Amino acid sequence: MASGLIRRAISGPKVAPAARLVATRLHASETETQKAEPKASESKNMRKFQIYRWNPDQPSEKPKLEDYEINLKDCGPMVLDALIKIKNEIDPTLTFRRSCREGICGSCAMNIDGCNGLACLTKIPASATDTMITPLPHMYVVKDLVVDMTNFYNQYKSIEPWLKRKSPSPNPGKEIPQSKKDRAKLDGMYECILCACCSTSCPSYWWNPESYLGPAALLHANRWIVDSRDEYTNERLEAINDEFKLYRCHTILNCARACPKGLNPGKQIQNIKGLQSRGGV
Amino acid sequence: MGASSGPRLSGIQKQVLSLYREFLRVARLKSGEDRCQIESIVSAEFHRNSNKIDRKNFIYIEYLLRRGKKQLEQLKSRDIVGLSTLNVGSSQPKKT
Repeated sequence: MASGLIRRAISGPKVAPAARLVATRLHASETETQKAEPKASESKNMRKFQIYRWNPDQPSEKPKLEDYEINLKDCGPMVLDALIKIKNEIDPTLTFRRSCREGICGSCAMNIDGCNGLACLTKIPASATDTMITPLPHMYVVKDLVVDMTNFYNQYKSIEPWLKRKSPSPNPGKEIPQSKKDRAKLDGMYECILCACCSTSCPSYWWNPESYLGPAALLHANRWIVDSRDEYTNERLEAINDEFKLYRCHTILNCARACPKGLNPGKQIQNIKGLQSRGGV
Repeated sequence: MGASSGPRLSGIQKQVLSLYREFLRVARLKSGEDRCQIESIVSAEFHRNSNKIDRKNFIYIEYLLRRGKKQLEQLKSRDIVGLSTLNVGSSQPKKT
């Protein structure tokens, strides 16, 4: 089919210089594929997406999974590409968060085929079965795939994620220096983008979302505990030394599996527990 | 107050009423005219929903409770002086 399209484009009425020819060909193939869609060999590339839908503006309707079928041939490789395609071409009412489309903003966290992940970093599964997309589990849904992150952000805020000092800065008005070794301790933590994939995959967090801080917030707590420039280490350790806030972590390690950035929050939580049992740094 | 004399209320009804009471309490922190407006908007919203929504539609009622709590938190801030509503077609977005 592709070769036919190219031939048609080249033999078209516009005989232009080489640079222009490329442009016309691209344009032609785009419009032609859409026209040729219902023809043979297309069914192989059609993929069904089952997407969770719920709209608060229509209170009488129950939450449901809605089916969308798209042609993977003219769609990007990632789940987010498919979602954007569905929103553009099939159903503009489909609602989801997205921004950077390259895994740095953490907006498009959702549950894809039962696993939490960022839609922009998850490839559309190669198997020919339907793909199911639902909001992050155990979160309150605001609309369709958008969930209420208030509690998650408040927990992050509760660990005071900023630099706290007792002594004045060694050189006022300038940054506080840190050795390369101390800086290396922050690797595996500073990369966290707070997408909530880890926390919402944690069974402990499901049962105690209000009292247990969850892997993401605890990872950030450890990030500030370990930071050589922060002088409130012991206070921080004390603040989360709580049966619920910290010790609801039973090292299930779903967090490490879910993390789209490849971090291991469970290991960082283990570090906090270790420091507490040793009575501070 | 009316709990002993009135009908026995379900948990969710109590939550709705306490949210309503909270709103009226917060309205007291605002100045005269704004206070009246907040009270009228809030009571209109609660009454409208109480008539419109099926009492068994828990998903939606809980959603409204969460939305109300969020708006209440915003309204508690000192920087927020009033409340106003806006009619756009059939939907009625509420602005704090």
